Amino acid sequence: MWRFVGGRLLQAIPVILAVITVTFFLVRIAPGGPFDSEKAVIPEVKAALEAQYRLDLPLGQQYLAYLSDLARGELGPSFKYPGRSVNELIAAGLPATAELGAYALLVAVLLGGLAGVFASLKPNSAQDYIPMSVAMIGICMPTFLLGPLLVLVFGIHLEWLPVSGWGDMPGDKILPSLTLGAAYAAYIARLSRAGMLEVMSQDYIRTARAKGLPEWQVVTRHALRGGLIPVVAFLGPAFAGLLAGSFVVETIFQIPGLGRFYVQAAFNRDYTMILGTTVFLSTLIVLFNLLSDILAAWLNPRLRAQYGEA
Amino acid sequence: MNLPRELLALGRKTGYFSPMPRCFPRYLLLLAAFAGLLACSAGESNVAQGNRDGILHFGNGSEPQGLDPHVVTGVPESKLIDAMFEGLTRKNPWTLEPEPGAAASWEFSEDRRVITFHMQPEGRWSNGEPVTAHDFVWSWRRALDPKMGNLYAYMLYPVLNAEAYATGMLDDPELLGVRALDAMTLEVTLNEPTPYFLQLMDHYSSFAVPRATVEEFGAATDRFTRWTRAGNIVSNGPFRLLQWQLNRRIVVEKNPHYWDADTVRLNGVVFYPTENLVSEERMFRVNQLHVSNDVPLAKLPDYRKLKDSPLVEAPYLGTYFYLLNTRRPPLDDVRVRRALSLALDRESLTRNVLHGSNDPAYAITPPGTLGYQPPQLFSFDPEQARRLLAEAGYPDGADWPGLELTYNTSESHRKIAVAVQQMWKDVLNIEVTLANQEWKVYLDSVSEMNFDVARRGWIGDYVDPNNFLDLYISDGGNNNTGFADPVYDEMILRRAPQAATKEERFAIFHEAETRLMEQMPIIPIYTYASKHLVHPSVKGMPSNLMDFVNMKYVDLEPMPLAEFELE
Repeated sequence: MWRFVGGRLLQAIPVILAVITVTFFLVRIAPGGPFDSEKAVIPEVKAALEAQYRLDLPLGQQYLAYLSDLARGELGPSFKYPGRSVNELIAAGLPATAELGAYALLVAVLLGGLAGVFASLKPNSAQDYIPMSVAMIGICMPTFLLGPLLVLVFGIHLEWLPVSGWGDMPGDKILPSLTLGAAYAAYIARLSRAGMLEVMSQDYIRTARAKGLPEWQVVTRHALRGGLIPVVAFLGPAFAGLLAGSFVVETIFQIPGLGRFYVQAAFNRDYTMILGTTVFLSTLIVLFNLLSDILAAWLNPRLRAQYGEA
Repeated sequence: MNLPRELLALGRKTGYFSPMPRCFPRYLLLLAAFAGLLACSAGESNVAQGNRDGILHFGNGSEPQGLDPHVVTGVPESKLIDAMFEGLTRKNPWTLEPEPGAAASWEFSEDRRVITFHMQPEGRWSNGEPVTAHDFVWSWRRALDPKMGNLYAYMLYPVLNAEAYATGMLDDPELLGVRALDAMTLEVTLNEPTPYFLQLMDHYSSFAVPRATVEEFGAATDRFTRWTRAGNIVSNGPFRLLQWQLNRRIVVEKNPHYWDADTVRLNGVVFYPTENLVSEERMFRVNQLHVSNDVPLAKLPDYRKLKDSPLVEAPYLGTYFYLLNTRRPPLDDVRVRRALSLALDRESLTRNVLHGSNDPAYAITPPGTLGYQPPQLFSFDPEQARRLLAEAGYPDGADWPGLELTYNTSESHRKIAVAVQQMWKDVLNIEVTLANQEWKVYLDSVSEMNFDVARRGWIGDYVDPNNFLDLYISDGGNNNTGFADPVYDEMILRRAPQAATKEERFAIFHEAETRLMEQMPIIPIYTYASKHLVHPSVKGMPSNLMDFVNMKYVDLEPMPLAEFELE
């Protein structure tokens, strides 16, 4: 097991290095620079600014200098927010984004898992078709539509919940979590339905039934563990995706998270911020993938045996 | 509970700090309010609480870059810096004329090249230290230091030797035309008479920064220091920084050391980053904001229909126009440029595409800039447009080589471009293709003059026609059209500054602008407008051409909450 984890961590290093390299050069190839503005910039001022941010060095040297900073955990100063480091900006945005992601995941697992299991119990009946159709709509419905719709109903017409903010008012975390979680809930519903259906046709389920166990015990004690393995495998990438993709929800609900910084950084050509967030998020994605693999192995004896041999 | 703890603390704190008797009853009021809150008033809105505690909740557009007046540029930044700092003068929000700020008075020399500022005798930094003439001398040297990389350094160029120093031609800051005769007297020498110079003194690029604090946290010209952080920053304006939560809120409290603290009514202001217009409008509607930064276009008709509407619209010192690349055929022919301009029905465009929120523009300077009225040489004239195009060799669009219209990604720019494209097709029977570019790509295209026609906007930094007309001097950094006319240059650079009276100066500007619009290197489209939703409890915030808010005069009148029911 440890060899498996260690091996996967080693594999991650070239992946992340490749991400850094490609991002580093791509952002610099993009037309326009961080100091271009609507008003003409005096050449002397631009030169002074470039010197302060090391942009006057040859590209290769800039790259090496960035890697050496990165090795020390320094992501560099932000271009857009002078006087703030990228480390600080990420630290400021991460808590809200992580919390939002966690709640959204909870929503997704609870709603999606329940719907999927429920649907799988009577395949090809109304009990299957209705939740699966809702899930299909959920997958298709973009968050930028769902968010304002929920706000209109629960925030403005019914006045039950706040329309924006994060941690400022009671209940203001509910609508963003629902909005972000909905699409993932739909995926999870379909995954868990498929997983459950496969497991329910296995021999050991027939054995369990033959022992005379009531159906609910067959489901909860025997089928669920196997049936949810595809969901678990999905959770790691899903959480990373929630963190990286929360931009839209953060904008709709004015949440002070990382996603807004990330997207604005690209528009501003905030080189260090783009690189910093990309490196940070890609590391997270690699880690969460690894975590969900470990979790799946723990749940699935067949995989465990395979890793044990390797 | 509705408001964060620090705001409640702010309400209580200002009771202790404010030296004026006026605050005593308010202090008791705040205590009562606080007790009421402890008894739990969940769901009470920001506006209700703010009205009671004297705290304004202000939608401020995007997240500000920072607070160092010599580092940042931008409107959200300027709103904060204007609340926390003060230049030698400060704009009166009703008249836009400069009134005493850090300087109590000033006088001009006979030749109007030397200005002597007398500092406020009671001028204090927020740590209680006096604000002196030396602070301004040091700060201007910092603002102009090439190492500072100050994008707005050019605002101080009217000062003797400032340009040479800022561009590294001159190393000795002693030669700059700014010196302290004593702690309370500042003498500024200009290159030549500059009638709008006092207007520049309330722009943040000319503000003083606290030397001791800046140097405590790093070198004078270091952009990366922590001196502007809450807890470190020292400022000389009506308010001082209490808290900055990134992308969430910035809280300022009344500065008890401010020389004119008696005039300041608010106990504090909370600035919110509200770049999403739709979300901001919703925040306003549920009474989370007193003032919104903007209003979604689609909501304007609904708000206009309301009785006692909170919608406040006013012309803004900015012009939306198209740049024409006069170095490329067919736009090198003035007849083609004029035909394109005459073929636009600006009335219809502003009414139908912009929901009537803007006035059509026929010149580069917005009307009413301190009394200046730009010339209007033309209006929508399809007949003459077709004739001019025929004279240029393209009768009814025959042999038209085609043009590309470049704009940066935005729904409203796209709508306008589509309408313009259609008008040119209908009136002149010519084809124009649209090119949508991402912001930084677009900026690159404009500065490299890599376009035929490009969308452009210009917002004035100070209220004077010069701020618009000097864009088009030959080889000006923001010219971007290839337009060059030595007679025009002479009028803007030599004759106007030498004019003896305002009337004479404006007459020269009028003549110059007439000349510019005859050559038509740009096609003016509309005058910008500021649009805000303002809660009726907000007083002392008049709309003006600069969309300038002088927080010093803003007050809140407790009143029942308004319900804005939109259809």
